[in-house]
Parts: sequence; structure tokens; C-alpha cells
Amino acid sequence: MTAPASVVSATPLLAIRSLQKRFGDRVVLADVTLTVPRGRVLAVVGKSGTGKSVLLKCLAGVLTPDAGEVSFEGRALTPDDPAAFADFRRRCSYLFQGNALLDSLTAWENVALPLEQTTLLPKPEIRARVAEALRRLELDGDALRYPSQLSGGMQKRLALARALVTRPELVLFDEPTAGLDPLRRNAVFTLIAHAQREFGFTAVVVTHDLPEALVACDEVAFLDAGHVRFSGPPSAFAHSNDAAVAAFRDSTVALAQSVAALRAGGPLPANTLG
Amino acid sequence: MISALGQSTLRIVAESGDLARFTARGFASAIGSRRLGRRLVRAVYEQGVRCLPVILIVGLFTGLVLGLQGYHTLTGFGSAALLGPLVANSLVRELAPVLAALMLVGQAGSALTAELGIQRNSEQIDALETMGIDPYGFLVAPRLIAALLVYPIMTGFFSLIGLVGGWLSGSVLLPLPGGVYWASVDQAIDLGDVGQSVVKSLVFGALTMALCCYNGFNSHRRSGATGARAVSASTTRAVVFSSIGVLAADYLVTSLLV
Repeated sequence: MTAPASVVSATPLLAIRSLQKRFGDRVVLADVTLTVPRGRVLAVVGKSGTGKSVLLKCLAGVLTPDAGEVSFEGRALTPDDPAAFADFRRRCSYLFQGNALLDSLTAWENVALPLEQTTLLPKPEIRARVAEALRRLELDGDALRYPSQLSGGMQKRLALARALVTRPELVLFDEPTAGLDPLRRNAVFTLIAHAQREFGFTAVVVTHDLPEALVACDEVAFLDAGHVRFSGPPSAFAHSNDAAVAAFRDSTVALAQSVAALRAGGPLPANTLG
Repeated sequence: MISALGQSTLRIVAESGDLARFTARGFASAIGSRRLGRRLVRAVYEQGVRCLPVILIVGLFTGLVLGLQGYHTLTGFGSAALLGPLVANSLVRELAPVLAALMLVGQAGSALTAELGIQRNSEQIDALETMGIDPYGFLVAPRLIAALLVYPIMTGFFSLIGLVGGWLSGSVLLPLPGGVYWASVDQAIDLGDVGQSVVKSLVFGALTMALCCYNGFNSHRRSGATGARAVSASTTRAVVFSSIGVLAADYLVTSLLV
């Protein structure tokens, strides 16, 4: 049944309610509740090991949450409703932290794969879309090379091309700028922003690159100890008085103070590694 | 001790059921899998063409040894003329399907387990799922179907080159007339022998490739090992279980067909 347009627009594209995930005794996601309105880019930030990637994998269905619910366009994604999940998969892309490119396929074949396997597009259309995706990511000269023959940055761009070639409505980015130099980081965030404006997709971006995320994303969620400690616009994040948020946000200032203290002959500050 | 034995038995039964489900899903997922032909050709190449040299070498030496041992044993009974039937029946009914399967497991099966294990490790299998591509249809189905094509053909090559090896031993290096050898080979083998060989190779192919795919695909579920160690443990396990499986299945199939 198709919902009336007014209802669809009022419903967030993605809603996460009380999501929980543990591995053995270790609780990674204690209680995560978030909503992502259609057309917005949400940055999920937080220290390493706070469950950002696990959250993304639970959203993508790679991991099964222990409790809680994920809804896409108001429709709960549960094992009881495989049709809803298939529809979600068709309209969602996932950019893995390690790129997850198929190493037995060339760059061209990697990008063409989701179109060939999951759509009924004619071959000329697939060729055109793949060529366009590779050109945008400056990989058109490397189409016949295998992932192992590409540099880390090129692999990241190739994974990005594969994620965007299907023109998804929701894109889950797991550390899209990990391992990239500052210029490439900027380029990737610019590319995400540009692609988002062009295709109008909704995105969840897990990242450690706070300055870029605050500039390029519409919303920020700060994950700490399995909970959402902050959720709101970047301007509010920049002025939040929450101690954990402030410590994360102002880590460069803390670094400068620590280094200055060490150079002055002081001891190694406590909780250096968090 | 009884408790440990019971737990091991339960684990083996559970894993056997899991393997059966995995195999059934692997074959079933071929239905509707797009561009299966292209991946099937690659799987046939990896299992067949790449393994052909080792099959021919092992087959030739098996035939040579059978001819040598058989000639001297039969000569003691004044029955050297029966060398052809001895070599032919040993090869076609037993040695060719078993040894070809073991060679294919050693070369293609171990490589396949390692490849799938690495794909699991590097999240390539997860990536397929997130793209809405069934990893069973994409990765497992072509390998299983290829095994049903490749194993009988490789077994045939093994038998043929083994017969040539027996002839080289008996008639070129030893004094048995070549005409006597080939004529007795022709008389010794009937369609039933060939059928038995084909049935065994089909069973071994499905069993060993399913075991290799299963272990590679599920390498992340190995307790006590992660990363590269999980891949190596899965590969070892796949080869060991496949080898045992071939010999056990050989006894079962032979007892049903003889």
C-alpha cells in the first residue's frame, strides 16, 4: 500500500530505535536512537571502538542487532519482512571502511557489478553509467586495472564510484576518507556533497575527520560508550558544553596543551589513549 | 569423557546439517543468478584447465606403477596377458576417480577455500550482500556446478593416461605385446565400469567442492582463529575433510554399485 505523499514526507527516511548490539560480554551499542530525514547528510562521529561501524553494519543488515528496530521510510526492516529488506538493499549503498572491492574483478567490472546483477538496465546504459562514474572519480584511465594494482586512495575512489553508480537513495559511508591525505579528504567530502546535491540521496557518514564533517554534513551524532551523546546540527555540536563532546571536539587544543606540558618536562598526561 | 564425546558428536551432526543446507542453497541459488555462464567458465578453467597437468602426471605415473607391479605379479602366475584388465579395472573403477578427486582437492579445492576465506576476511562477501547480490549464487553456485562438469572429465583423462602408463610399463619397457594389452583392456571395460567411474566422480566433485566452499565461506565462524590464521585453518580443514570424505564416500558408493 502506498502511503499518501504528506505522510511519506513527514516520515524520516531512516529511523533507528533503541538499537542494541553486543559481542559476547562486550556491549558495543547500548541504546542508539537516531533519525535521518530524507535528503540530509548525518555524520556519526566518536572515538575509535565506540561502535560507529557496528551501527552502520546493523543498518545495512551485515550484522543483526540484538534488540531495537531500524525503519526505512517508516517500514521496519525485520527478518519477518524480506520484501522490505530487499527493497531497502535495492535503494541503499554501503561504502566499506576497507573498500571491499572484489579483487578478482577489474575496476570497470567492480563498478558495473551492482548494475549488471541487480538491475535490468540495457548494456549501453550500464556502460555509459560506469564510464561516467569512473570519469567523475578520475579513474577512467584505470578501468582495466585490478584493485591490487591501485593505490589506497584510488581504491577508495573506486569503492565510492561503485557505491554511487546505482544512484541510491541512501548511502552509508564507513570512514570514506580513512587513509587519505588532507587534499583527498577534502575532495571526497566535496564529492559526497556534490553527488548528494545532484542525486539528492540521504547519507550516514561515519568519520573521524571532524572539521570536514562539520563543514560538509547537515547533522552530527556523537556516539560514546554505546549511546548517542549528542545529536543535532554542526553549529550546536561546535558549541556543546557536554564534557565528552568537548573533549572529542577540542582534541587538537588538548594535544597542544599536552605537548607543551611534555616539552616543559611534565609527565605523560593520564588517559592519553582514552 | 562421555560428555566430551557427546558434544563432539552433536557438533559433527550439526555441522553436517549445516553443510547439507549450504550445498542445497548453493545449487538452488544458481536459478536466476545473472551472468552465471561467465563465472561458470572461469570456475571450469580454474578447476579443469589449471589442474590438467597434475592430473596427467599423476595418472601417468599411477599407470606406470600399476603396469610394473602388475606385470611382475601376474608373471609369477603365468598370467601376464591379464595386465590390461588389471590396470583398466583398477584405474577406471577405483584409482582414477579417487586420485583425480584428491588431486583436484589439493590444487583447486585448497585455492578455492583460501580465496573465499580472504573474500570473507576483506568483507567482499558482505559487500555482495549489501549490493543485493546473493553471494551463494555469485560465488558458490558456479564452483559447485563446475565440479559436476570437471570431475568426470578429469577422471576420464586420468583413466586414459593411466592406461597409456600401463602400456608403457608392460609393453614398451617390459615384453608384453602391445596388441595383447590393448585388446584385453578393450574386453575388460564395459559401460558399467565407466558409469561407476562417472557416478563416483560426480559424488566426489559435489562433496569436495561443497566442503571447500563451505569452509572458505564460513572461515569467520572458526572459533579460536581470526584473520589469516582463520583462512589457513579453514583451508587445512577443507583439504583434510575432503580427503577423508572422498575415501569414505568411495566405500559407500562402491558398496552400493558393486
